[in-house]
Amino acid sequence: MSLSVLYDAPGPKTRRRSLIASIAGGIVILGVLVWIYLTLAAPRVNANGAVTPGMFDPSRTDILAEPALWRAFGNGVVNTLRMAAVAAALAVLVGILFSFARTARSSWIRVPTAIVLEFFRGLPVLLMIFFVFLVFSVGSYWAGVVGLAVYNGAIIGEALRAGIASLPRGQREAGLAIGLSPTQTRMQIEFPQAFRQMLPIIIAQLVVLLKDTSLAYVVSYEEISRTIRILQNFYGSRYLFTLFAVGLVIYLCLNLSLSWVARFIARRSGPKSGMTAPNAPRPLGSEGTQAIILPLRGGKGMREPH
Amino acid sequence: MGAIADVTPLYLQGLLMTLALLGIAGVGAFVIGVLVGAMRISPVPSLRGFATVYTELLRNIPLLLVLFFCAFVLPILGSDLDYFTLAAIGLTAYTSPFVAEAIRSGINGVPVGQAEAARSIGMGFTQTVTLVVLPQAGRMVVPPLINVFIALTKNTSVAGAFFVNELFKATGAATRDNSDAVILVLLYAGLLYLCITVPLGLIAGAIEKRVRVMR
Repeated sequence: MSLSVLYDAPGPKTRRRSLIASIAGGIVILGVLVWIYLTLAAPRVNANGAVTPGMFDPSRTDILAEPALWRAFGNGVVNTLRMAAVAAALAVLVGILFSFARTARSSWIRVPTAIVLEFFRGLPVLLMIFFVFLVFSVGSYWAGVVGLAVYNGAIIGEALRAGIASLPRGQREAGLAIGLSPTQTRMQIEFPQAFRQMLPIIIAQLVVLLKDTSLAYVVSYEEISRTIRILQNFYGSRYLFTLFAVGLVIYLCLNLSLSWVARFIARRSGPKSGMTAPNAPRPLGSEGTQAIILPLRGGKGMREPH
Repeated sequence: MGAIADVTPLYLQGLLMTLALLGIAGVGAFVIGVLVGAMRISPVPSLRGFATVYTELLRNIPLLLVLFFCAFVLPILGSDLDYFTLAAIGLTAYTSPFVAEAIRSGINGVPVGQAEAARSIGMGFTQTVTLVVLPQAGRMVVPPLINVFIALTKNTSVAGAFFVNELFKATGAATRDNSDAVILVLLYAGLLYLCITVPLGLIAGAIEKRVRVMR
């Protein structure tokens, strides 16, 4: 049994009512899904009387048995992951560099970095990939990697800067007091804490990066979305829906598993483990209203410590 | 410099289209996002479940595929809208879960004592949420919300792949026509995007600062 602070535990009547509402809502959603399925499956007659078979007709799905199709999709997945992995590593690296430059003591470094960061954060990734591709002519793979790395690096850099700024001042002062140089203090004391604190945000950004590899279509890089297009040209337009469905499932599997990993890491090394004193008393009411459900033990109103 | 003058009418047309997409999808995503965010914290489990599935599903599909769905699958389902409307629907659908998440994170940021106090003086769920929690969450929600809209501005560029003549599509055409001044033409397009995103970012920063002082 679970409960949020925002409302009482439902009584038997409310529970029954919400159960009925849930079933009704479920039936409506199911109805819509069935309607979508039937509409897609129904053969269509177009303006000049020609009948095209439904979307789930065997003549549209028979390519699923072709090994060449799966080889192409496998290739697309590998290409997507190859781009995402290299871009992610570079993005973290760029982010670290940006965060250092952004928090530098000399304003000669700090101010230009801030402007460059603002510039990179404000441009569409699509435009950046296109820019790298046209201006530096490095090929589609590196155009995608560099565009994604710079854009996401700028965002990760800002997150890291916020992490460094949110550390208690005593951390830096203590580092300086024991005789570390400002650079050493930053590298050995402040940065590791900020990095761990911001890890959930960084990983969430990497999920975005994986999704954004689909934008490399603009430079004809053969990732999953481009593969759909190529296969469509090869097998014919009538397979478009089938190919689209396959691509969708692949993307969902990739992203949901990465999101799951992200949540797992966030739970294990969230902001709490980055705190200086894990058992320090927190200010009253600092937990925040939990819109997410609070676990409740035995229904007695005892909230588990979290 | 001649290239700049050449592409200006094209770019202004694209910019208008981008702003139109931003306006329509922004309002739509805000409305749907607030509804989904409210469902996410509601006492009815099935609404929570629906909102969770909606958020997780849409957040994990690339925008390109969402737009693809709108452009090619919705017509099969019987819609006869033009590509601009379809792109606006796709951007709305894609952005709404991010709005919902921003609102939920703002609500999570309201000190729990506030909700407890409201509940202990006898307010119900609706009263607690609308009179106590949301007004306080509202301030904290604004900066992340603006960030969502900045992302939306940049995401409108993807609609260019689906026959919508917005700024990025105009950029593609401009680079083909002015192959001798590619850098200039691209930077010009970038500058136009920055004209939208940088002011939004500055507003977000200013509000963030004010909220921090108030707490």
